[in-house]
Amino acid sequence: MLLISCPHCGPRAEIEFAYGHEAHIARPTDQEKLTDAEWADYLFMRKNPKGVHYERWVHARGCRRWFNVARHTVTHEILAVYRMGDPPPALDR
Amino acid sequence: MAISSRYSIISLARNALNYHRDWQVAWRSPEPKPDYDVIIVGGGGHGLATAYYLAKEHGITNVAVIEKGWLGGGNTGRNTTVVRSNYLWDESAHLYEHSLKLWEGLSQDLNFNTMFSQRGLMSLAHNTHELREINRRVNANRLNGIDSEVLTVEQVKAYCPILNCDPKSRYPVMGASLQRRGGIARHDAVAWGYARAADARGIDIIQNCEVTGFRIENGRVRGVETTRGFIGAKKVGCVVAGHASVVAGMAGFRLPIESHPLQALVSEPIKPVLHTVVMSSAVHVYLSQSDKGEIVMGAGIDAFNSYAQRGSPFVVEHLLNALLELFPTFSRLKLMREWGGIVDTCPDASPIIGRTPVEGIYFNCGWGTGGFKATPGSGWVMAYTIANDRPHRLNEPFALDRFVNGYLIDEHGAAGVAH
Ligand SMILES: Cc1cc2nc3c(=O)[nH]c(=O)nc-3n(C[C@H](O)[C@H](O)[C@H](O)COP(=O)(O)OP(=O)(O)OC[C@H]3O[C@@H](n4cnc5c(N)ncnc54)[C@H](O)[C@@H]3O)c2cc1C
Ligand SMILES: [Zn+2]
Repeated sequence: MLLISCPHCGPRAEIEFAYGHEAHIARPTDQEKLTDAEWADYLFMRKNPKGVHYERWVHARGCRRWFNVARHTVTHEILAVYRMGDPPPALDR
Repeated sequence: MAISSRYSIISLARNALNYHRDWQVAWRSPEPKPDYDVIIVGGGGHGLATAYYLAKEHGITNVAVIEKGWLGGGNTGRNTTVVRSNYLWDESAHLYEHSLKLWEGLSQDLNFNTMFSQRGLMSLAHNTHELREINRRVNANRLNGIDSEVLTVEQVKAYCPILNCDPKSRYPVMGASLQRRGGIARHDAVAWGYARAADARGIDIIQNCEVTGFRIENGRVRGVETTRGFIGAKKVGCVVAGHASVVAGMAGFRLPIESHPLQALVSEPIKPVLHTVVMSSAVHVYLSQSDKGEIVMGAGIDAFNSYAQRGSPFVVEHLLNALLELFPTFSRLKLMREWGGIVDTCPDASPIIGRTPVEGIYFNCGWGTGGFKATPGSGWVMAYTIANDRPHRLNEPFALDRFVNGYLIDEHGAAGVAH
């Protein structure tokens, strides 16, 4: 079980949280110009890295606020927790 | 294949008399050749089946299967082996039913006992909505010529007496669907049987060799880089399940896939109590009793992306809570083993089988939590696709470009959670 540090409530068990999948996927702004392939890329294609994954979590059974996490997908180690809207921290792993 | 190497009652008796000292190895472990007509990346059931049908159906035998670990050490050897074909949409129903028909003759075809047992598969409904969905699905199945029936609560109780059908229970049973041709098979035997039969047709099976990259020239594949050096190939079929995104990344494109842990466990062996497969999508439970007597149980996926082949204990706890509500008689069972695999989930809970943006590279992935049942059919259509450089009509709807043109095949109801 992951131990996730909510930026607002502190460390809590994973079971209190819900997963929000890949972070930093911005909705395209020039929507009327987008091709079907570009829409598919935005809607469906994912990085799914074997390594550091930048992802969103929500403290669903706590303060109910969203935040970002950088987590390694093999060790499950949480390398950083940062606020929504902040850029992904540079982690050289 | 030389007659003497065929498995039969006679060969069994002869080898028994020799104290089983003279069994031949089931397949060779050759050095890789400098190049092949086709390389299959991934020696799970799907990859090995692809290789076998390339030889059997298309006469293509200059083929290597390249596996980074050992055969079936991925999801094939970790799954709960539920086999069925009662999917909702025509596209899936046709594909999985083709597979089920291949299962029905597989042990004979491979001369290897895959222990395929059509013991029936019952899918429970716990509320009115599920009951309606089950009726809809059973009707859709029957229109597609797939055996499927609806059971009332009384029929469920008669079919599986140890199931708790008390209307006041936490998860009241309101009915079920039953596919009598569904069942289970022996996971390792499927990998080994395909490997042995492919090897007998001249295909090289290369284990402990990881593909680390592709050589691509002018948009066309020339071969693969591996931990044992470069191996040339005219065509490369990638059948790497949980590692699909990683291998696609090596070829320079992205997939609509996320990799998740999926956990399962078995109990100590007990005398026969459960003669069928029972699954409940609402409470994330599916179970059967293996021929050894163990109760085999599978959970839902862990929510987060992972390549670790392990998940969080509360997911298993959730499964066990629900299991004991449905089968109070199992409350004293001891658990023997628990493990995880990495499943490749697609947004529409349907697989991707076909060509890719790189000429000569084909992908077969996205089976998520439910691809074991499709092993024979998946290998069969993949072999066709590679041999002809175009999909068979059975896998045409499962092309990668459905995410561009929007023709998704939403099987979440039939496949998303359970098996
Ligand atoms: C716990 C669990 C329970 C399941 N239960 C069921 C069920 O009841 N019914 C059902 O139908 N399905 C079930 N599934 C799903 C099913 O197991 C899979 O869909 C199916 O086995 C996938 O087969 P495969 O041959 O594609 O994958 P795998 O058997 O995983 O084979 C892929 C192979 O590719 C290899 N590989 C990866 N990367 C590389 C590389 N770079 N170079 C070389 N080789 C590489 C891996 O080592 C692996 O052996 C379950 C899965 C799990 C984990
Ligand atoms: Zn919080």
